[in-house]
Amino acid sequence: MSRLKLFAPLLVFALLAGLLYSSLGNDPEFLPSQLVGKPLPKFSLPTLEQPDRLIGPSALIGAPALLNVWASWCYTCRIEHPFLTRLSAEGVPLYGLNYKNDAAEARDWLQEFGNPYRFSVQDLDGRLGIDLGVAGAPETFVVNSEGTIIHRHIGIVNEKVWSETLRPLMLGSAEAGGN
Amino acid sequence: MERILKLVLFLGVLFSGTVLGQDGANAITPLKFETVAQQERYRHFSKVLRCPLCQNQNLNGSNSGVAGDLRRELHRLISENKTDDEVIEFMRSRYGDFILYDPPLNASTSALWFGPLVFLLIGLLTIVFMVRRQRTAAAVAILSEADKSSLQSELSLQKVDGKE
Repeated sequence: MSRLKLFAPLLVFALLAGLLYSSLGNDPEFLPSQLVGKPLPKFSLPTLEQPDRLIGPSALIGAPALLNVWASWCYTCRIEHPFLTRLSAEGVPLYGLNYKNDAAEARDWLQEFGNPYRFSVQDLDGRLGIDLGVAGAPETFVVNSEGTIIHRHIGIVNEKVWSETLRPLMLGSAEAGGN
Repeated sequence: MERILKLVLFLGVLFSGTVLGQDGANAITPLKFETVAQQERYRHFSKVLRCPLCQNQNLNGSNSGVAGDLRRELHRLISENKTDDEVIEFMRSRYGDFILYDPPLNASTSALWFGPLVFLLIGLLTIVFMVRRQRTAAAVAILSEADKSSLQSELSLQKVDGKE
């Protein structure tokens, strides 16, 4: 018994080491979204394509879609851009939320890199971003056919994120909507 | 009278900020409030609310875009005289408990709240256990000391007996 007790510090060390090691992989920037399961927030904003016309959330509703938060000042959006272009070319409904961005600069950006979005909602003052719980760009929301937010992804959408998370969610919601 | 003077001074400081701020490229536009109480509430909330983008900065200290927007919203909410609960609910419904520096007590934070208590209890129990064991050990030592002498006297008696 007293011999076993000698191993107590080792046991404590092992437990602590295990706990700390498992926490190493945690993303401290992970921010659980409060909006999953909720409808798209109300808004009335112009798009980059049609600055004179205000649109609301109904313009995005119909089929499962992606809403991508982007800006010309966002460097990582540039890295994400080719993959979004590919998705768009494959026919995935992709809408943009041009976040806190000067319209002219945003249009120049789309001109330079190409426009994968059906349209980009212009959120100049970041008010819609706040209602969506956006912390920065890029972020991507999966919206189902009823206009309910079913997922929020922070950071770049790439092949892995798309095939492992976003695509299954979109397919799942399409099937649920069809039944 | 003193209050009015204070208010005038306060507004003076605010407006001097506007004049000074206009020079810089990163001009900080001071937020104006109707009452000092609103100003105090704003200062309180911008301290206890955390920037959703930065890891450890409050809304007051962060220079990020989203923190600026949230300060603007906070200013709006306070100018509209929303209650404390309404302000907190506005922030929480969008950014969750993450935005609160003082985390509420619920299932996911129970370890945070009760963990230290559990460790304190373990520590106390260990101390109690150790003290008790030492006492018994000491008691045993005293007993054996008494036993020893009685045994010795017993033995010496026996020796005397044996010699005779």
